[in-house]
Amino acid sequence: MRFKKVLFFLTAIVVLVLSACSQKPAEDEKNEIVIWHWMTDRQTAFKELAKKYEEQTGVKIGFKLIFPPDIYSQKVIAAARAETLPDIFGILGEKRTLGSFIRAGYIVNLNSYMEANQEEWKERFYPQTLKLLAFPKDSHYDVPPGIYGVPIDTTIMQFVYNRSLFKEAGLVPDKYPETFKEFIAYTQTVKEKTKVNGFVCGWGEGWLLNCLATEWAINLMGEDKFFKTIKGEVPYTDKEWIEVFSLFSKLKDEGILVSNIATMTNKESESAFSRGKAVFSFNGSWAVNVYKQLSPDLDYAFFPLPKVSSRFPVKTWGGAGSSFMVSAKSSRKEEAIKFLNWFTSEEQQKFLIRETNNFPAIKGCEEYLPQNLKSSINVFSSLTHPDVWPYSEDSRVIEVLNKGLQQIVMDLKTPQEVALEIQRKKEKISRK
Amino acid sequence: MKASLKDNAVDFSFVFPAVLIFSIFYIYPFFYSFILSLTNYDLIGNFDFKKYYVGFRNFQDIFSDRDWWKSMYNGAFITFWALTFQNILALILALAVDKVIRLKKFYRVVFFILPVLSEIIIGLLMRQFLISEPVGRDVFNHLLTNVGLGAMAQEWLSGDKVRLVTALVHCWKGFGWAFVIFLAGLQSIPEQLYEAARIDGANAWRTFCKVTVPLLMPVITLILVLTILGTMQAFAMILALTKGAGGETTVPVMIIYFHLGNRFAGLACAEGLILGIILVAVSFTMFFISKKVREKYGVLPD
Repeated sequence: MRFKKVLFFLTAIVVLVLSACSQKPAEDEKNEIVIWHWMTDRQTAFKELAKKYEEQTGVKIGFKLIFPPDIYSQKVIAAARAETLPDIFGILGEKRTLGSFIRAGYIVNLNSYMEANQEEWKERFYPQTLKLLAFPKDSHYDVPPGIYGVPIDTTIMQFVYNRSLFKEAGLVPDKYPETFKEFIAYTQTVKEKTKVNGFVCGWGEGWLLNCLATEWAINLMGEDKFFKTIKGEVPYTDKEWIEVFSLFSKLKDEGILVSNIATMTNKESESAFSRGKAVFSFNGSWAVNVYKQLSPDLDYAFFPLPKVSSRFPVKTWGGAGSSFMVSAKSSRKEEAIKFLNWFTSEEQQKFLIRETNNFPAIKGCEEYLPQNLKSSINVFSSLTHPDVWPYSEDSRVIEVLNKGLQQIVMDLKTPQEVALEIQRKKEKISRK
Repeated sequence: MKASLKDNAVDFSFVFPAVLIFSIFYIYPFFYSFILSLTNYDLIGNFDFKKYYVGFRNFQDIFSDRDWWKSMYNGAFITFWALTFQNILALILALAVDKVIRLKKFYRVVFFILPVLSEIIIGLLMRQFLISEPVGRDVFNHLLTNVGLGAMAQEWLSGDKVRLVTALVHCWKGFGWAFVIFLAGLQSIPEQLYEAARIDGANAWRTFCKVTVPLLMPVITLILVLTILGTMQAFAMILALTKGAGGETTVPVMIIYFHLGNRFAGLACAEGLILGIILVAVSFTMFFISKKVREKYGVLPD
């Protein structure tokens, strides 16, 4: 009798463990299109659009928010391996990741849908934005050519300045610094007149340093030489690269960086800028919504990169925003694609602009943009992003570059030492 | 009397759930990590060992990776401070509370509050405490100024002192649990031994060296091993406090996390295994040293 009880107990445990490992997702049993995303600021707007779509078509849409972004990314990778991806999801990170998902057969190629009806859907988008989700023939990502995602907004990285502090310092509020020298001079003027710090940015998050260094590098040496560095034909110890790194050293030496900038998060930087604790910042177009929430009366404007050279044109980091992909394993692929088509129509995009203050992914909504973003349309023709470059730098090299720039602004290393470290890493990885 | 197969099965059934859980969540991941460490698998798509196999290349890369060894140095630096400053402070406080002092229970609770709090909260709290405007509240510098030490006020999380400050914050957060374990160890030492020492004319220092320390040696060993394991794997508090400060406070788990996030799964697993092997080796060394010390003092049972 006792043995039977024990046997029953063991069987129960085994059944329990095995049932927990079941692959059948709960969502699959519901009659709805499930969408996973990480955008906390847009969840309410997304839900409203889902409700509207259900009223119009009878198809239920479930937006599931998963936060923070790194947890979201891990969940998507785990779900892909377990074949429990939702009908629609977004991929965070480099284009390399998207390429891996495509090669593994997890994502639907939307080319035929985009090109249907004389490319009506494809034509809606800004080409720069769609390009980030497109893979041309023979791309180095080794995936079949096509468009694998639907952009829902666009991000542009730009400098931003506090107009009120400009006025207070006696500067013309509509005239922003166009060169690096002017940038330093303006900062010092504001600091002298108002005692407010010069520049704040979330440089504890290395990618912001990388964006800025890339923009200055392209302006200083041109895209050709920049790409040659990625290809390994020009070393990071080249004098023009050292000049790029020295710009950060100069910012530190001139005393215009706020204290602790090398450990600062972007959230902290946004909070500081919105409270008028610095006159300049470098941030993405999403900041419009953030500043509106933090300080509705903040008077500010975006402006392009202060040039360090007039030899090459300025390129602005941007184009990549949030995007959605359709799972190739979904049993509701067609319905999911129809929803994304509806979701990226003008009416829905206008609604998202109004609710979230983000730059749209489609053309024709410019007049609905928040005032602060209207000037950003001018930089659209000069956008650049690693996802559209012909070559991509290894993330481990980028990490060394980011850390090196942090060490320069912390006064722990010289630009020459940092250049040497990056080159050493680059050579080590290239040797493999 | 020989136990029957049925009796053995019944006995085994009691440990079966634990064995099952241990196998699923510890043994299997360990071997799977080792297999992954021999590949350049990116975690996406089906795992084909032959396709992704790179041999011991990931391990070779780690041995020549300056960033990895710098992170090990950073971890070791913080561990050194935790082993010395944190544990000595915990022992002193435990000795004080163990003696009959007023509000003894109150102190026990107060010292244990910090280890109970989330590492992220401690990191963010200390960030506010230590850094100045526009991000922090500069509380520490204000305190220094108010007590007449304004000349010492500075940016605590910048420059080359960031590693030391991070280590001290880690110690501040961690001394509470060492205190509780020391206190439990002190209370298990029979009072008669102290009385005998007093009768023999031993002063407080001699009693501490000849009675307290030898009898506390198993507890000291346990605390040292747990401190090494805990500190070398510290991550969340340091991330919240300094974000790695350009590599100055980057610890091994941050590097592993970065590589996993960028889908260098094989490399991350190899790093995890190397860190694990080093920690196991250090732990066994500590136990060995402890055994020798206890043998010397004659407190090891035959």
